[in-house]
Amino acid sequence: MAEYQNIFTQVQVRTAHEFEAALPVGALPREGKPFLSYWLGKIGDAQVGPIYLGWSGVVSLIFGFIAFEIIGLNMWASVNWSPIQFARQLPWLALEPPSPKYGIHIPPMSEGGWWLLAGFFLTLSILIWWARIYIRAREMRMGTHVAWAFAAAIWLYLVLGFIRPLMMGSWSEAVPFGIFPHLDWTAAFSIRYGNLFYNPFHMLSIVFLYGSTLLFAMHAATILAVSRFGGEREIEQAVDRGTAAERAALFWRWTMGFNATMESIHRWAWWFAVLCPLTGGIGILLTGTVVDNWYLWAIKHGVAPAYPHIFPIVPDPALTQ
Amino acid sequence: MKTTALLSTAALTICLSLGLGGCKEDRLTVKQTGYRGLGMVQINETAALDAITARNQPPDPIDPVEKSGTPSSQVYQNVKVLGDLDSNELMRLMTAITQWVAPEQGCNYCHNPENLASDDLYTKVVARRMIQMTQHINADWTKHVDGVGVTCYTCHRGHPVPANLWFSNSVAEAHGFFGYSPDAKNHPGSLIGLASLQNDPFTKLLDYSQEIRVIGNTALPQEPERPSIKQTELTYGLMMHISKALGVNCTFCHNSRSFFAWDQSTPQRATAWYGIRMVRDLNHNFLEPLKASFPPERLGAGGDVPKINCATCHQGESKPLNGASMIKDFPELAVVGK
Repeated sequence: MAEYQNIFTQVQVRTAHEFEAALPVGALPREGKPFLSYWLGKIGDAQVGPIYLGWSGVVSLIFGFIAFEIIGLNMWASVNWSPIQFARQLPWLALEPPSPKYGIHIPPMSEGGWWLLAGFFLTLSILIWWARIYIRAREMRMGTHVAWAFAAAIWLYLVLGFIRPLMMGSWSEAVPFGIFPHLDWTAAFSIRYGNLFYNPFHMLSIVFLYGSTLLFAMHAATILAVSRFGGEREIEQAVDRGTAAERAALFWRWTMGFNATMESIHRWAWWFAVLCPLTGGIGILLTGTVVDNWYLWAIKHGVAPAYPHIFPIVPDPALTQ
Repeated sequence: MKTTALLSTAALTICLSLGLGGCKEDRLTVKQTGYRGLGMVQINETAALDAITARNQPPDPIDPVEKSGTPSSQVYQNVKVLGDLDSNELMRLMTAITQWVAPEQGCNYCHNPENLASDDLYTKVVARRMIQMTQHINADWTKHVDGVGVTCYTCHRGHPVPANLWFSNSVAEAHGFFGYSPDAKNHPGSLIGLASLQNDPFTKLLDYSQEIRVIGNTALPQEPERPSIKQTELTYGLMMHISKALGVNCTFCHNSRSFFAWDQSTPQRATAWYGIRMVRDLNHNFLEPLKASFPPERLGAGGDVPKINCATCHQGESKPLNGASMIKDFPELAVVGK
C-alpha cells in the first residue's frame, strides 16, 4: 500500500510509454520522444512528452512569440539597447499604452502603436490557445470544463486591456505590459476611482479568490487524509461511496455540520475559481464607466462606515482661497 | 529514520527561531496617529530615523551684534535688497550666509574681492534673488513655514548648490521608433521612491499648474472629460516623492480609505497643499527668471534652470532641520525687502 503522508508524490507508475488515443486523419503529429523522469515523477507523472501542438498550438505560439518580442524589444529600446541596463531595470521596464490624446484612434508606432500591435498578437495567441484547449478536450471526448475556466480568465484580460478601454474611449486606460508598471497601474486605478475595495464586485472577486485557496486546501487535505482507505478514487466514489468517502464526509459533517460530496466538491472548486475573474471583470468594467468614485458610492449606499474624527477637520484649501 | 526526522525538525525549529530574532520590535518605530483600525500609523526604521535626525542638525547659532545705527545702504554700495538693514547686521548676515552656503569658498564665491559691490559674478546676482526668495517664503508662505521659517541653510546645508534639485526630463523623453517612455516612465525613479511611474512628475505638476487632483468628486461619472489613468500615475509619482522627501507614509496626510476626502485627511494635508503651491511659485517666479544669469554648467541637459521640490528643504524629515526655528535670529529674512 502506497504511503501518501508526504509532501511529495510517493507513487511513480513506470510502464511502457503511453501514446494516448489515435489522432484524426490529417492532423499534425505529436512531437518529441517520450522519456521517464524520476524527479518530475516526484511532483507529477514520470512520463514526459510527447506534446501535441496541432495547427492551433503552432499558430498560437508564433503569435505569442511575436507579442513577446515586441514587448521585449521596446523594453530594451527604452534603455538605449544596453544589455546591462535591460537586465538591471527589467522589472521596471514596460511597453506603454498610448497617451490619452489618441483616444481609441490608432497612434503612431513610436507613441503606443507597438502596444496596440503587441496586444493584438497576444490576444490572438490567447484566443487560439483557448481554441486548442477546447478542440483537444473534444478530441479526447472530454467535457470542456478546462476551456470554460480558461475563458473566465480571458474575460478579465479582455476587460482590462480591450473592452473597458473601448467603453472609456481611450487606449490609455489599459494596462502597460511590464512587471512593476502593471502593479503601479493597479494601484493608480484603485486610487483614481476612489478605492476599489468599496467596489462590491471587487469584494466578490476577493471572496472567490480566497475561497478558492480555502477549498483547495480543504479538498486536497481531505483526500490525502483518506488515501489510506482508497480515497483517491474520487470519481468512482461519487456514485459508489466507499469507506474513504464516508470517513471524509463524516469528518466534515462532524466539524461543520455539512459536507460536500465527491462530485460536488469539484463543482464548488470550479465555480469558485471561475467566479473570481468573472466577478472581478464585472467590477473593472463598472469602474469609470458607471461609477467614478467607489468610496462616495459606498457612502451613498451605506456600505462605508463612519469613524470618529481624531483630527480637527481641515477644509479644502482650494475652496477657501 | 525516526531520529533523523526528529533531529531535522529540531534543527529547522531552531533556525526559524533564530530567523525571527531579527524581527525585534524596537527595530521599527511605530506611531499611531489616527483612530484605531484605520492604519493611520507612521512606521519608520528606528536606525534610519536616528541617522536622519543626526544628519539634519540645525547650523551653529551666530551671535547677535551691536547695531551701528546706520543703515547698510549708507555704508555700502549696490545694496539693493537689504539696504534698510543695520550695517553691522548686514555684515552678520553675510557671515552667516558664507557659513550656510559657501563655507569652503568664502566671500569670494559671490563677491569680487577687488570690488565687493560689483555684480560681476553670477553667484552674487543669484544670491541676491535667493535672499528675496527667502524673505518671500517667510513673509508670504506662512501657511507652509509658519513658526519655523527658512534660511539659506534649510536648502544649502553648507553647499553652494543644494543637494536636492531637479531638472526637466524633456531630453530623456525623446525616443525613437521603439521604447516609448512618456515623462521618463517605466524606469526606477530615484526621486519617486524607485517606483516605475513617470520619473519626472515635476515638470508637469510643479513647474506648471497642471491639475494634481484626479479622483472624482461624485459617486457617478459627471463630466465627459475626466482625469485619465496616466494623469493619476503622474500624481501618484508626485505623492511618492513627497512621501520620500518627508520620510512619512501616505497616512501622514491622507486616510488611505479615501485619498481625496478632506474630512478624512489630517491637518498636514493642508500644509502640504500650500507647500505644493509654494514650490510652484518659487520655481516660476524666482528660479526660472534666473535662467539668463546661470552659466551653462548649472543648467540641465535641456537647458532648464535647476528647480526645487519638497526634498530640497525637507531632506527626509517632515519638519526640516528637526523642526528648529530658523528665522528667530534673522528677522531681516522674514520681511520682504525693498
